[in-house]
Amino acid sequence: MSTVDHLVYMANQIARELASQCPDRPVAATRDHLRQFWDPRMRQAIVAYLDGGGEHLSEIARGAVAMLHETAERAG
Amino acid sequence: MAWIGERDLGTKAVSAAMSATVTLRIDGQNLAVPEGTSIMRAAALAGTDIPKLCATDTLEAFGSCRLCLVEIDGRNGYPASCTTPVADGMVVRTQTDRLAKLRRGVMELYISDHPLDCLTCSANGDCELQDQAGAVGLRDVRYGYEGLNHLAADKDESNPYFTFDPAKCIVCSRCVRACDEIQGTFALTIEGSGFGSKVVASQNDSFLDSDCVSCGACVQACPTSALIEKSVIAQGTPDKAVITTCAYCGVGCTFRAEMRGEQLVRMVPWKDGKANRGHSCVKGRFAWGYANHRDRILKPMIRASVEEPWREVSWDEAIAYTAGEFRRIQAKYGKDSVGGITSSRCTNEETFLVQKLIRQGFGNNNVDTCARVCHSPTGYGLKTTFGTSAGTQDFDSVAHADVIMVIGANPTDGHPVFASRMKQRLREGAKLIVIDPRRTDIVRTPHIAATYHLPLRPGTNVAVLTAIAHVVVTEGLADEAFVRERCDWSEFEDWAAFVAQPQRSPEATEALTGVPAADLRAAARLFAIGGNGAIYYGLGVTEHSQGSSTVMAIANLAMATGNIGREGVGVNPLRGQNNVQGACDMGSFPHEYSGYRHVSDPATRAMFEQAWGVTLDAEPGLRIPNMLDAATDGTFKALFIQGEDILQSDPNTHHVAAGLAAMECVVVQDLFLNETANYAHVFLPGSTFLEKDGTFTNAERRIQRVRKVMEPLNGYGDWEIVQLVAKAIGLDWSYAHPSEIMDEIAALTPTFATVNYDALDRLGSLQWPATEAAPDGTPTMHVDQFVRGKGHFVVTDYIPTDEKTGPRFPLLLTTGRILSQYNVGAQTRRTDNIAWHPEDRLEIHPHDAENRGMRDGDWVSLRSRAGETTLRALITERVAPGVVYTTFHHPATQANVITTDYSDWATNCPEYKVTAVQVAISNGPSDWQQSYQAQAERSRRVLPEAAE
Repeated sequence: MSTVDHLVYMANQIARELASQCPDRPVAATRDHLRQFWDPRMRQAIVAYLDGGGEHLSEIARGAVAMLHETAERAG
Repeated sequence: MAWIGERDLGTKAVSAAMSATVTLRIDGQNLAVPEGTSIMRAAALAGTDIPKLCATDTLEAFGSCRLCLVEIDGRNGYPASCTTPVADGMVVRTQTDRLAKLRRGVMELYISDHPLDCLTCSANGDCELQDQAGAVGLRDVRYGYEGLNHLAADKDESNPYFTFDPAKCIVCSRCVRACDEIQGTFALTIEGSGFGSKVVASQNDSFLDSDCVSCGACVQACPTSALIEKSVIAQGTPDKAVITTCAYCGVGCTFRAEMRGEQLVRMVPWKDGKANRGHSCVKGRFAWGYANHRDRILKPMIRASVEEPWREVSWDEAIAYTAGEFRRIQAKYGKDSVGGITSSRCTNEETFLVQKLIRQGFGNNNVDTCARVCHSPTGYGLKTTFGTSAGTQDFDSVAHADVIMVIGANPTDGHPVFASRMKQRLREGAKLIVIDPRRTDIVRTPHIAATYHLPLRPGTNVAVLTAIAHVVVTEGLADEAFVRERCDWSEFEDWAAFVAQPQRSPEATEALTGVPAADLRAAARLFAIGGNGAIYYGLGVTEHSQGSSTVMAIANLAMATGNIGREGVGVNPLRGQNNVQGACDMGSFPHEYSGYRHVSDPATRAMFEQAWGVTLDAEPGLRIPNMLDAATDGTFKALFIQGEDILQSDPNTHHVAAGLAAMECVVVQDLFLNETANYAHVFLPGSTFLEKDGTFTNAERRIQRVRKVMEPLNGYGDWEIVQLVAKAIGLDWSYAHPSEIMDEIAALTPTFATVNYDALDRLGSLQWPATEAAPDGTPTMHVDQFVRGKGHFVVTDYIPTDEKTGPRFPLLLTTGRILSQYNVGAQTRRTDNIAWHPEDRLEIHPHDAENRGMRDGDWVSLRSRAGETTLRALITERVAPGVVYTTFHHPATQANVITTDYSDWATNCPEYKVTAVQVAISNGPSDWQQSYQAQAERSRRVLPEAAE
């Protein structure tokens, strides 16, 4: 599994868990988790993957990564 | 054998708080003691030692030796003072002519059948029989020495650590009682009667072949040299002792390191130790010989390429090279291209310094620790639900438990000293529920049988715990009053509605979990209404793709049943390594400072920035697996590893090797050239726990002192080595002693506010939080409220692992450890513990073995999607059909070649416990094993002479 494939797998895994743990805000919860625990280069890599189409990201993970993207753009 | 310098009061203490006070008079002295105290102990407390042989204050009174006779006004005869409790107004005489004559008579009988070789006896000067002969004034033996005796009995020298010499045995039963009462193994007994009585192990087996687990309790209890450490025979009796803390598992036993000069003679468990209460296991008690093993590396070494042999260099050169490489790499690839790994085997102070080196010196948060691969889900799960990343109880709490639930833990192997405490409570009548794929020893052991063993299919923990919660909720067994008062009620309602769904029921989940619904229902009822319910869990919970969810499911269950916030209950992670708790506490995770505060928190960061005089990175750093991914991607180039062997311990060995091989500088600070060092460019020789000062924090959050008993053979304590590196990269560190590091930790970590070496010396230990409000520490957490305020229920849906069995890989592999070995075996493999476990074996059920035509002991190949290895089969019904099990103690096996990249969703803790595999008969080591062995040998070459 390549690093980006691994990141996609991890993001989907996190999203899948948080969908049941935080049913009211799974996308934001997934975004928060990625912000709290992922090193910036991992976040940049997953954002770049989304920019390239993000084919294998789940719906929740895709939303979370998009929110990361927006935050990064706002920051800079 | 008696402990040098420690007083033995003869019988156990009675709790003053729980008993009325009795006043009596002994030898003309008035005294008051708790009701239930023996006359022997009362006299000892008053300063009078009554002669004794079969009595010792770690065991129940036995009354067999007849040496402790006393006279009591108004009572006939001469009762034994060990078995006679005090009574109000009692008048006792311990020293009279008549008593002296009786005692001498008893001693004469003992000595008439005892070798008179005191001057050449290994216990000379440290023998209770010798002491008591003097105490009773024995001057001659009227019976002579020519009669029938046991002096020609054969010694049993089978155990690598101690001998049994029946000629010196006085059949006092102290060894038998220690094995029964303290250890709970019941391996020893007295065979025969009268003159023919003798101590035997199991069915008259040798000690090595018997059920004896070599905990040393019998040796410690023996009043003569019948049972004695071989190290004492070889070196002589010790002349001083230093209290220190064991460097093996997370129980954190304290020991008296008994010395002769600078030579360690033996480690004897300290009876005032609050974690171990005077008990030990084969590792802490005996397996310390690795400290002087010939494999230990004592000189720093460097090499430009891992293809080259090592070159011994001076400390100056090694430190300068290390600092130069890290600075070069950061200049070339950026500040985030380097990082480090702290060690759960090193002290709190050393761990704190490594993360400080990375944060202050390297300017990033790329620090992680081996808890990543064991208890990181505990940190996440308990912080989420309760508000802090730690277990809730002390070990003493188990004595108040009524129902003990053990989930994914094998305490008799992994945490044996605590397991003995647990077994004591179970023998007193507490009920036991075991949730484990394997029939571990605790399921059925002498005088203990689990009321319910739920042998779940690996990977279904969440489904089983949710099914238990289903029963609790749907049968109205929840503690609503507790939940309403202590937890968020609306969250509970959401959770309760979730677990009550029909698809969560035991019946609905039986097919996937493999647990009979009726057993699960009964176990759930027992836990919910059986009194104090205490949960103990291990890596069988955490090392799954749903490890964090399982921890939260456990927390949910404890809250729902009101089993939090008092003695006898709680959620108790059994930590693997000695300082896993401490390493986590010290800010070893890439997203947290010490005390579990996120690096993005401005106030916390400002505190550290002010103390350290630098601007700190507010972004989380890389975890170990992410470091390895980044290395293979070319963005991570240098790693400082203190006291960990990630090549052997971390999953998917091929991937770890690829990551390490991609780096330009790997520094390994360790005792030995471990497997990771095959890929290292700098080797900094480490020091053992005997050679430095510091503290460890055990699974109870108990901070205990590690005390230096000898000078470090390598020249420096590990904290000094890190300080040398820090100075070389330009940091202004000037710690003169680890106590100064702890002072800094306390100043920067609110939960450690009152921790300092003076307090630790005064109190013996401290359980954090230790704050102004609780300066002496906190044995039980969440007593009045949870650390986070209201307890937080989390819905934990069962999501099956993506690691699936199928036609190619039809079996599930789960891994674990064994009593005699520790973790990757770096220490224990270099001791005589190898006698019990010389190789990793694959446990396989007879049906699965038969299907493959296997016989016990056959070489078999073990193959997964990740890799292949070979080892020998052990056919046993301990594992269920479809499940195989092995340990990971031996690099020749490299069990982690098999394990995969799957990991816990929240923390990346690897899924060691579920790997789909196939097993087949093999002719011998795999190609990979042979090539790895050749590479390891090549990598360990050292140039014959140091380059000057």
